[in-house]
Amino acid sequence: MQLTLWTYEGPPHIGAMRVATAMHGLHYVLHAPQGDTYADLLFTMIERRDARPPVTYTTFRAQDLGRDTAELFKTSVAAAYARFQPQAMIVGASCTAELIQDDPGGLAKALDLPIPVIPLELPAYQKKENWGASETFYRLVRALAGPASPRSPDESRQRPLCNILGPTALGFRHRDDLIEIRRLLDTLGIAVNVVAPLGASPADLGRLKDADFNVVLYPETARSAAEYLKKSFGQPFTKEVPLGVGATNRFVAEVATLTGIDPAPVLDGPGSRLPWYSRSVDSTYLTGKRVFVFGDATHAIGIARMAARELGFTVVGLGTYGREFAREVRAEAAEHGIEALITDDYLDVEAAIRAAAPELVLGTQMERHVAKRLGIPCAVISAPIHVQDFPARYAPQMGFEGANVLFDTLVHPLMMGLEEHLLGMFREDPEFHDGVGPSHLGGTPFEAPPVAAPASPTPAVAPILLEEAVTITDAPWAPEAERELKKIPFFVRGKARSNTEKFARERRLPLITLETLYDAKAHYGR
Amino acid sequence: MNAPVPPPVAACGAIDLHQEHGQRAVFCGLTGIVWLHRKIQDAFFLVVGSRTCAHLIQSAAGVMIFAEPRFATAIIDERDLAGIADANEELDRVVTRLIERRPDIKLLFLVGSCPSEVIKLDLSRAAQRLSGRLAPVRVLNYSGSGIETTFTQGEDACLAALVPELPRATAEEAPSLLIVGALADVVEDQFLRILSAMGIADVRFLPARRAGAMPAVGRNTRYLLAQPFLADTARALDERGARRLAAPFPLGAEGTTGWLRAAAEAFGIDDATFAAATAAGRARAETALAPHRDKLGGKRVFFFPDSQLEVPLARFLARELGVALVEIGTPYLHRAHLAAEIEWLPAGTRVTEGQSLDDQMDRCRAARPDLTVCGLGLANPLEAEGLSTKWSIELLFTPVQGYEQAGDLAELFARPLRRRALLEV
Repeated sequence: MQLTLWTYEGPPHIGAMRVATAMHGLHYVLHAPQGDTYADLLFTMIERRDARPPVTYTTFRAQDLGRDTAELFKTSVAAAYARFQPQAMIVGASCTAELIQDDPGGLAKALDLPIPVIPLELPAYQKKENWGASETFYRLVRALAGPASPRSPDESRQRPLCNILGPTALGFRHRDDLIEIRRLLDTLGIAVNVVAPLGASPADLGRLKDADFNVVLYPETARSAAEYLKKSFGQPFTKEVPLGVGATNRFVAEVATLTGIDPAPVLDGPGSRLPWYSRSVDSTYLTGKRVFVFGDATHAIGIARMAARELGFTVVGLGTYGREFAREVRAEAAEHGIEALITDDYLDVEAAIRAAAPELVLGTQMERHVAKRLGIPCAVISAPIHVQDFPARYAPQMGFEGANVLFDTLVHPLMMGLEEHLLGMFREDPEFHDGVGPSHLGGTPFEAPPVAAPASPTPAVAPILLEEAVTITDAPWAPEAERELKKIPFFVRGKARSNTEKFARERRLPLITLETLYDAKAHYGR
Repeated sequence: MNAPVPPPVAACGAIDLHQEHGQRAVFCGLTGIVWLHRKIQDAFFLVVGSRTCAHLIQSAAGVMIFAEPRFATAIIDERDLAGIADANEELDRVVTRLIERRPDIKLLFLVGSCPSEVIKLDLSRAAQRLSGRLAPVRVLNYSGSGIETTFTQGEDACLAALVPELPRATAEEAPSLLIVGALADVVEDQFLRILSAMGIADVRFLPARRAGAMPAVGRNTRYLLAQPFLADTARALDERGARRLAAPFPLGAEGTTGWLRAAAEAFGIDDATFAAATAAGRARAETALAPHRDKLGGKRVFFFPDSQLEVPLARFLARELGVALVEIGTPYLHRAHLAAEIEWLPAGTRVTEGQSLDDQMDRCRAARPDLTVCGLGLANPLEAEGLSTKWSIELLFTPVQGYEQAGDLAELFARPLRRRALLEV
């Protein structure tokens, strides 16, 4: 049993729904109690989809358990087929139905429908959403791609042909990444055969084998399927995920190698604004900014790499909630000289962020809350999905435009930080101190009240107590030192405070004075 | 032959009642945690369930707006199912960790879910065991599972679990009035003022705002249901000797007056005092409702089943705003508690108890109502088909009861129509 306040991923059947909802002509019959129908609102409210997901729930109840839930399942499958006339169906169970062991696959097969019916085994007590999406897509491809055959390149074809694999419904910026990558491939002279799951029909999956190679945008959802296609049809697939300028260039080079085409039209093209923006002198303040990166593996790896190599940040924390890709994240963390955090426990992530004391957090909505509590700027770079992750404007993360978007996403929270820093510099000015509102709102300057005794840093609410109970009492701060500390820009103040306290603790100093503060600064600045 | 025309099936007042079976699109009772944890400010709700349960509450809670929730899920994993880990020991471990983290918690609910019900994890025994160990923290349990409860029935189960724990009011005590069902604090305070003006001084609320302040109940307790979905809670209160005052529900001016009148009659308040205490509220409600009559009068409204509030809401729309009711879907129709409401519905109103989602959507599309009241999963799809919708969940999260909220309640229904008229794109 795991105590969970917030969860990064839904159960695996939500992953199956992301695949089913992305496609046309596919219907999903889910053996599940009525409460599980909440999943519809993820798609209709968060993603603002204009139709219900193509899902029929059996919505069995306690009274059905004593009777025949299997019969209810069969009736539901038959009714869904009659009403929706899909090209293919997937059938499976959610967590509760898994316990009653009705065998949805066997029951559906017994109905002998004239379409492919693909059973899904998604163990709800072991696996999670991304795994569920990957497994569902893999099962669909296996069932519908046709018998294995060696690749026979069509010589009459003018342009190389690829499939794009991975984008799903409720995917983090999948809609716009897809547009950006299609544009990139088009510039290279590569035609797109099938995009799947997003926008594909079961019949389209039967045409996957026509392509020369596969572009895997999101390994979380598409790697298993791509490996199957490689094995069955000899189609190679891309390993580089085009997040950032460097990765986009490497992606283009990889595609060029796979197809033998000339990458020059893209590599010599206008590219991204990021390199110049990053070199322009106002960006020097980004140098060595301590960032903590957490998300799904693909985004965490891609963005950590980009943050270090393209923005000049220092990655002080890197982690993922996706255990399936722990190896890749560990390898990337090693590149940054740190150890990866592999956990789906939100409290562990919070503790790690606290310990790393970053100046910027690049994470999920969960880390946004943590960062807010710790007073650290934050940008959201990964699912779990939020309504804000479906902006009205075009906002890809991948390709060159994606790099532009990421530059803004990563730098803007710090710009705000810089503005606040300037505010700090003018803190003592009569019209600009803590006590007045913004001057443009007509805040009237007034005499600053005498500085009260500094409040001790007890958090107002301390529901998540972490290790605080075991800390040894720290030396108190002399008022003079406390005042000096306040002059330090707020985004490094926490670090300065903890370093100074650690310094005093190690030396068993009875009081933290102005001298202690600067001694500690010199000590840690070495 | 003059054979008498058979009455409609399951005749219930003069409504046209249908029962439907099939796919439902409703939340389970776990969802109630979203408002219950805000109402009882020192209570914590621990769902014992699956990742689906955790994901549901997180999604229903407006998607992570509360950074410091007083609810969580103990997620059952395969080790618990395979018997490798003892589920009870695991639960004790999780609860101990939780209480250590949150010393501010005085009342802990272990909330059963579909998986915990199916594997027959005995949460009432666990609650007893933990209550002994964690005193003074009280540990109670109820089921919010979707195989047993829909949406608002979670609140019913929670309050019913509280009833046996309530202090006993002595037989000598003067009669007191108990208002049952979670209401916004501001609404409670308004009712207190009106009841006090009538001369009913001893008014209590279930649930109270804090665990230590739960109301005493006894033979002299008269209670008013503030919500129409509290069947089990009412039964538990009856067993404690309390007496339910039959009344409509306090939605709209008329419903509020009828509800307050039931209290006045039980406490022997004379008509003049009652009229004086309610006059200002009624007048303000009338002022607030008037402008909405133009917008809503004659509009055709369709309710999908959701919270069991559908019947009183429909009655309010029909009688106070002149709305035409196409169909009232409700997950469950409590004939006794809704007797006054059913009486007030226009004769022949179609009420559908239960659901067959696709069939109901077909009827809705065919009827093309001016406004469809439905859950979050259906609202955007119906909007995309050109139908105006009102999300029903907002009717639970917003203060809507009483005179002062009658106008707000009307506005919730009028807004989608106003918005549609406003937009030029």
